[in-house]
Amino acid sequence: MEKKDYTISIYTENNVGLLSRIAAIFLKRHINIESVTVSKSEVEGVMRFIIVVQETEEKIGKVVKQIEKQIEVIKAFYHTDQEMIYQETALYKVRSSDFVDDFNIQDFIKETNARIVTVTPNFFVIEKTGKRSETESLYEKLKPYGLMQFVRSGTIAVTKEEMRISNLLEQFNTTN
Amino acid sequence: MEVKTANFEKLDTPATITVSGAEAVIKCLLEEGVETLYGYPGGAIMPIYDELYKYQNEIHHVLTRHEQGATHAAQGYARVTGKVGVAMATSGPGATNLVTGIADAQIDSTPLVCITGQVGSHLLGSDAFQETDIVGISTPVTKWNYQITNAAEIPEVMAKAFYIARSGRPGPVLIDITKDAQFAALEYNYKKCAGIRSYKPTPKVDPIQIEKAAEAINSAKKPMIVFGQGVILGVAEDLLKQVIEKSGVPAAWTILGLSALPTDHPLNVGMVGMHGNYGPNVLTNECDVLIAIGMRFDDRVTGNLDAYAKQAKVIHFEIDPAEIDKNVKADIPVLGNVNETLKLLLGHLKENKHDAWHNEFKKHYEIEYEKVIKNDLNAERGMIGMAEVIDEINTCSKGDAVVVSDVGQHQMAACRYTKFNQTRSNVTSGGLGTMGFALPAALGAKMGMPNREVVAVIGDGGYQMTIQELGTIFQTKAKVKIVLLNNGFLGMVRQWQQLFFDKRYASTEMVNPDFVTIAKGYHIKTNQVTERGQLKDAVKEMMEADEPYFLEVKVEKEENVFPMVPTGASVSDILLE
Repeated sequence: MEKKDYTISIYTENNVGLLSRIAAIFLKRHINIESVTVSKSEVEGVMRFIIVVQETEEKIGKVVKQIEKQIEVIKAFYHTDQEMIYQETALYKVRSSDFVDDFNIQDFIKETNARIVTVTPNFFVIEKTGKRSETESLYEKLKPYGLMQFVRSGTIAVTKEEMRISNLLEQFNTTN
Repeated sequence: MEVKTANFEKLDTPATITVSGAEAVIKCLLEEGVETLYGYPGGAIMPIYDELYKYQNEIHHVLTRHEQGATHAAQGYARVTGKVGVAMATSGPGATNLVTGIADAQIDSTPLVCITGQVGSHLLGSDAFQETDIVGISTPVTKWNYQITNAAEIPEVMAKAFYIARSGRPGPVLIDITKDAQFAALEYNYKKCAGIRSYKPTPKVDPIQIEKAAEAINSAKKPMIVFGQGVILGVAEDLLKQVIEKSGVPAAWTILGLSALPTDHPLNVGMVGMHGNYGPNVLTNECDVLIAIGMRFDDRVTGNLDAYAKQAKVIHFEIDPAEIDKNVKADIPVLGNVNETLKLLLGHLKENKHDAWHNEFKKHYEIEYEKVIKNDLNAERGMIGMAEVIDEINTCSKGDAVVVSDVGQHQMAACRYTKFNQTRSNVTSGGLGTMGFALPAALGAKMGMPNREVVAVIGDGGYQMTIQELGTIFQTKAKVKIVLLNNGFLGMVRQWQQLFFDKRYASTEMVNPDFVTIAKGYHIKTNQVTERGQLKDAVKEMMEADEPYFLEVKVEKEENVFPMVPTGASVSDILLE
């Protein structure tokens, strides 16, 4: 079975220790986490984990069931890239002298859809939000000019289909 | 506490009383019906022990000789009673010593609540004396765990701990309580937990799956049932029996399913797996419908998955959705507590008989009898065999004893040869294979079922891993019968060395102490059997003794357990010799 990028979305209660409980499930199966982000979700008091991994669908299916089995996990899903709208943000710190000498800044910003966050006499900080390939291509572009620092966020993503977490929680309150 | 429990719980608030965190813990235990718990005191849990002293007429604390013993005793107690076992320890080494028992309970789905003391919250993270991150350490081996630093959380967290431990697929829960939270005062009022919104312990039953399963069973020509501990945990033993009898389907068991169906039931065809019976292993690869009930297709059951029941339609009755398709793809998964699903199934089953197919099992049994069993029970050979000892226990118990076995060859002998009439009578460490399990587990089992005979069958290796619990048996006077099958070897490992490592017996021969003298040191009545002629009377005397009893039997040194499915082989390639 072919390995693909999968985005796992996990809706959870907000509890200390849940991150390590979930991480342990990946660790046990030697699955490398490409990125992880945790934030609040559309539902009040409910957190959402977005974890990106490269795996076979068979293994992902099993992992998601193990995740869902954790007491404080409300629901877990997995999706392929095609089923998600996803973005990453990257920051690039570049030496001002190199940058100004070699670049037409206006054209550069237009072409890449990047944004200048800060300018100082010593460095520029450029921000780019987009797919991995886009932040990656900007990285390649800037690398020859001596990137002073580079950092990229984890993937954040929303699904094309509806998630119905509120319904799920509503059900608990009325049927239990 | 961020986890939401059911809304209605919060509607009425009865009057509260002010107590310390430590006293609240005891009150919670009493609310949950805990009469006995096992543990070991130490610095960070002293406030709770102080309360145990005050409440000693209401709750019985058993001082084990090692914290591992406390978890195994709590497991033994839980396995025979169906109640939640409770173990307690201090922080640091006390807590880490619990881990083996917790891992064992996790893999064998045993309901356990473990309470550990923790250093004061102001010291957390400072590498204080006896500080260990037990919540971090126990995370992968607990169903749930939680650290309490605020006394006010105690009642709700304790209620949740018991609810989680016992509901759905049971498992161990660890609650770590900082010392300051034990001292602090809180407004106490207790409400049992009735639900947690992010946790669905029992999946909804889909009636369509039941119908599909019934149809497959009704039209099967060569169906076979394999049942596991899910039947016992779901209290579905009677239903299982009815399903078997109505459908006429031969039924085999996993090691943890043992005793859910009486041994002498005509459709009981024995154990599956590595050292299971010949028939059910071979015929797994011949049946047309494989009906798995409350079992999880462990690798010791399935052997090589690529050659496991490939010809069969697989029906999987299971409470845990994560077990469906984990190892064996289920053609018809039936989610739910087997207590519920088997009841529904029964209504759809046709009365049936499969005599010719059942005969296949009998024929295979005859082959196994000729090649293996006859020899195992052969009273003509030199030294006493393990199976002979089990057989003598059967003669005395008439199948009504609880048999607690440790891990290794003697465990296989005990599971293959013990006769069981009653459920919850086979207590053994199945999934984790924890040597040292049996002695403390037998103590817990005896305290859980004081009116039943409890026999611990242990090898000389595992015995020495928790031998100090003789002290607990002596102190509590629990009338545990201990049978030590002494072959002077780590027998199972030696068998593998003989078969797969060219008889290089690396570190498996044991130079043993005088076990009788050791037991005598604990003032336990003892006996030793070295010759076959003494065996019958010795077992009889032990079984009739109205006190703890230690019987050492010197057995054949290099006996092998057969049949055997070698690792990586298919179950139908099971070896008889």
